[in-house]
Amino acid sequence: MLSPLLLICLALLAGALLACAARPAEPQTLGLVEQIDALLPQTQCGQCGHPGCKPYAAAIAEGAAINKCPPGGRQTIARLARLLNRAVVPLDPEHGAEGPRRVAFIREAECIGCTKCLQACPVDAIVGAAKLMHTVISAECTGCDLCVEPCPVDCIDLLPAPSAWQPVAVNDSPARGTPLIGSDRGRGLTT
Amino acid sequence: MSLPTSPRARMHGGINPPGNKQQSLRHPIRRLPLPPQLIVPVQQRGEPLPELLIGIGDRVEKGQCLARGRGERAVSSHAPAAGVVTDIGAQPLPDDQAGGVTCVTIATEPCVASARCLPPLDPVECGNEMFLQRLRDAGITGLGGAGFPTHAKVRAAIGRVETLIVNATECEPFITADAALLQERAADVLRGASLLLQITGATRCLVGIQDDAPAAIASLQAAMTDARFQLCVLPARYPHGAEALLVHVLTGREVPMGRPAIDYGVLCHNPATLHAVARAVLHGEPLISRVMTLTGAALRDPGNYDVLIGTPVAVALQACGLDEWQHSRSLAGGPLLGVELQQATVPLIKTSNCILATTEAELPRPPPSQPCIRCGLCADVCPVRLLPQKLQWFWRSGELDKAAAHHLEDCIDCGACAYVCPSTIPLVQQFRLAKTSLAEQRARQRQADRARERFEAHQARVATQQRLDEQRRRERAALLQRKQAEAAARTETVNAVTASSAPSPQDVIAAALARVQARKAAKRAAEPTALPPEGEAPP
Repeated sequence: MLSPLLLICLALLAGALLACAARPAEPQTLGLVEQIDALLPQTQCGQCGHPGCKPYAAAIAEGAAINKCPPGGRQTIARLARLLNRAVVPLDPEHGAEGPRRVAFIREAECIGCTKCLQACPVDAIVGAAKLMHTVISAECTGCDLCVEPCPVDCIDLLPAPSAWQPVAVNDSPARGTPLIGSDRGRGLTT
Repeated sequence: MSLPTSPRARMHGGINPPGNKQQSLRHPIRRLPLPPQLIVPVQQRGEPLPELLIGIGDRVEKGQCLARGRGERAVSSHAPAAGVVTDIGAQPLPDDQAGGVTCVTIATEPCVASARCLPPLDPVECGNEMFLQRLRDAGITGLGGAGFPTHAKVRAAIGRVETLIVNATECEPFITADAALLQERAADVLRGASLLLQITGATRCLVGIQDDAPAAIASLQAAMTDARFQLCVLPARYPHGAEALLVHVLTGREVPMGRPAIDYGVLCHNPATLHAVARAVLHGEPLISRVMTLTGAALRDPGNYDVLIGTPVAVALQACGLDEWQHSRSLAGGPLLGVELQQATVPLIKTSNCILATTEAELPRPPPSQPCIRCGLCADVCPVRLLPQKLQWFWRSGELDKAAAHHLEDCIDCGACAYVCPSTIPLVQQFRLAKTSLAEQRARQRQADRARERFEAHQARVATQQRLDEQRRRERAALLQRKQAEAAARTETVNAVTASSAPSPQDVIAAALARVQARKAAKRAAEPTALPPEGEAPP
């Protein structure tokens, strides 16, 4: 009589242990908004009509279109489509066109030190003080364009970012004869 | 004389391209005539500008220090020959197409005086620090290809490695610089190795060499007297020379991609580097020349030459009898890993081990690629067991994420897959581009994460600022209100006091008027000639 009870107890205990062990090690998974936000380019430019990437991510999670982000371009749309299981759509031209990445540059001789661009920069990438020259920390600049409009003397340009940041069209195969390496098929090697 | 040991593991895949090594091994190591001009790089890639010790117009002696590195990993540079400095500025180097590094240009003068040397060090007496400083002062970087500063590599290895590997497996066709060096100067190479054994505390030294260099093997065996040294002869197969693969083959340990072999108890050095270490420590000679292979069908006199660092490629090739009519292109390095030289004015640098001046017949351009026929040969030869065919499909369809999931980044760029491909698909070139794109994507992702962090910090800062402003405004308003209330209360009390005890405003005005009248009357009384008074003064 005792042994079946003991067996049942053991089985229950083992079951409880297994249930504990089966729980995933990392219980915290990113919410949908965070997952979408991770795919957005974090330019914080507001071209999508939302005040930053996170609000746009929240809007997408609630059903907004995924083609409103010009800095992200085709790639971001494709990734969002994959994440959300939606159709890949072309970029909405109403919000801007996809272009190479750019960084802001202040023509320092012309800067009057008004601090207006400092307040406009969403990532605090401009340094300067009142009535003193300002300058852009180009490594931190997202090229969002928001500092250009408030400048009273129009001394801010958006220049193409250094080549390391240029998007590479992934479908291009190397042009014939591109000397990427000297690797050639060995035919013709004489011994 | 010691018997060779057998390798501990076999490399997966690999190819057996025609060796083409005997062309350059017909002669002993020779010297090139002194070039009229030397372009000596004084800056290492990724290092800050060095401290220049000379200026334009200065006369330099052979072996004189030109620049001292500033960074932790930077090394010194020396004048390979006596002469006059004519220029200091950025020059392109053979190992990259874009940009350049700071170089010192020297117009050489024939000079019989021997090189200015550092005093020889006693390896037993001097401490580790002095030894490492000497490697730095003598300008020694890895001569195998990557050019990593030797002092930094040795410093990282002190007390952490038990095996030193001498990587003498020159597996790429045409290159024989290490084989020639070992044939003639094996004793110096082994001396350098025993110095490093002593400094790092390693207990054994494995010399890995391929069986296609019998003369070098014989010379090594003759020079090996120490029981700590073991020779390991591998069957000739490309790419045995890749560091991680060689470590696996010789010790059985697998080093993950991107991790240094030092973390796995192994320090790996090229024989040329060890030779330079021995010369620098025991003889005080700075690294001003190296043995390199100048070969290819376009040269009348191919061979191994002791070349001064900074010799322009064109001058070196001319000295070997370049046939301009036959010459099609020059590669820095071998046919599989080499980089095609865009211009012949670039100097030969410490990492140049071979210049291959070929003809169209010897090394033809690859024919146009055909569609993949899924033969799977590429997967058979891949030494790191990737699936090049699959990676190629992912690359074509732009699915870099999938390519990364199939370990694209573990590719060592050896080019074995492209070599065997019957459709002549430029597989390794595609993988190189794909890896660049992937690295770029990763960098972008990092930048985006940083921008998000900064944006959130900005938002938080603005919110805090607004909250503080609001709080201050409220405080000010409250203060004003309180002050107003106080002022009002004060007037109230004053009013109350006036109302109770003081005379009414009308009385005050009447009294003031009366005082004025009185003063006027007094004035008139003092002047009797004036007009008679109009009114009576009050008493």
